Amino acid sequence: MPHMFYTKDHEWVSVGDDGLATVGITDHAQQALGDIVFVELPEPGRNVAKGEACAVVESVKAASDVYAPLSGTVAEVNQAIVDDPAKVNGAPEGDGWFFKLRLEDPAGLTKLLDRAAYDKLLETEA
Amino acid sequence: MAKTPLDALHRRLGARMVDFAGYEMPLHYAAGIMAEHQACRSAAALFDVSHMGQVEIADPASFAPLVPGDVTGLKPGRQRYTLLLNEAGGILDDLMMANLGAHFQLVLNAGRKAADVAHMRGLGLDVHPRFDRALLALQGPRAAALCPEAAHLKFMDAATLEIGGIACGVTRSGYTGEDGFEIGCAGEAGETLAELLLARGAAPAGLGARDSLRLEAGLCLYGNDIDESTDPVSAGLTFALSKKRLAAGDFIGAAAVNKILAEGPAERLVGIRLEGRAPARAGTEIRAHNGEAAGRVTSGLFSPTLGAPIALGYVRAQQAAPGTALDLIVRGRALPGQVAPLPFVPHHYVR
Repeated sequence: MPHMFYTKDHEWVSVGDDGLATVGITDHAQQALGDIVFVELPEPGRNVAKGEACAVVESVKAASDVYAPLSGTVAEVNQAIVDDPAKVNGAPEGDGWFFKLRLEDPAGLTKLLDRAAYDKLLETEA
Repeated sequence: MAKTPLDALHRRLGARMVDFAGYEMPLHYAAGIMAEHQACRSAAALFDVSHMGQVEIADPASFAPLVPGDVTGLKPGRQRYTLLLNEAGGILDDLMMANLGAHFQLVLNAGRKAADVAHMRGLGLDVHPRFDRALLALQGPRAAALCPEAAHLKFMDAATLEIGGIACGVTRSGYTGEDGFEIGCAGEAGETLAELLLARGAAPAGLGARDSLRLEAGLCLYGNDIDESTDPVSAGLTFALSKKRLAAGDFIGAAAVNKILAEGPAERLVGIRLEGRAPARAGTEIRAHNGEAAGRVTSGLFSPTLGAPIALGYVRAQQAAPGTALDLIVRGRALPGQVAPLPFVPHHYVR
């Protein structure tokens, strides 16, 4: 089970055996957005800085940016959620991932939230 | 923040509440906007619209100078859509007016009701706000089956009748493009009436689905598509202008509206269909195919019924013909679209 990190923008990051950081939005985020109808993903090869808006997710009602949780290069994107955006609602923290980053500085992961800290954030926002 | 008489019911049903026009209103329930939208198109949905302003007036003759429609000719048992205009022909509000026999009932937009009452009283009208009443909208192809008490009405008929022993003012109308009813009752009876209609099989639906349904039906939303800076001709609401009243020029804004009709409006509100899946939201810039500024989007979302983005927006009159190619500038990129006839989804009224 790979270790999951979280951001206060309600994104998750998980580093696989290949060293790439997979990024998606949390279950809380997809619930808050509601039925997702459109996803726009960054071009593979694009360099993104930590905090940079690099993907867009839209529900029937509203649009929202997805930010790079850390700096790096986009290595891969999940075309399946572009073709069927409802996948993000169905499996936000699994098959509904957004993109994979080759991190500039993997040590930066430790500055993100762990599950306990993210749960605490959700409590304070509730 | 104000609450409607159905507030406790919304919370019991797990609604996600949002601030709308000073009221805490349900955006959607557990099913979500998409499912609530589809319930209305395929079966029946129940909306709480108690935030809208129900007002009684005794005398339509004194109201006539404020609106461009033939309101003195409104027969008992009938309802009509009309507009409050200012001297410049700008739209102060759009509203429904029903002749319920004993009195006339207006239904005003929530965000405008206080200003409307002040406007009417300022002109000496005898106005009785009934803002504590409940108003429910039962909408969809099964609406008449779920409300047999009102099934004898035709589109835009109005009547006072009882549903489950509750005294109601009912019109066969709505804001979704589907058949259905808007049902007013005393505030304290609102929850019982809503529970009764839900028990008969209506699905609770919130403001999110209400917005996507009305946009598919090509219906204007006050504050988005029409306001004091827009006029009925540009907004495509000429059906609400009485020829007799225009000729007589006997309502506020008549001179301005007659001038716009004679000269033709500079802009027109049109429907737009976009290619791809990305919605163009309110405020999106519209350009002609040659890159020139053409207008702006006033409402835009992803249509659940069509599975494609749709929008309403004002464009220069020469770009308003159906089929005209337009570019919508979303996040710095030009998304191709074209002017589409309204409504986007056909109406299903029972006439």
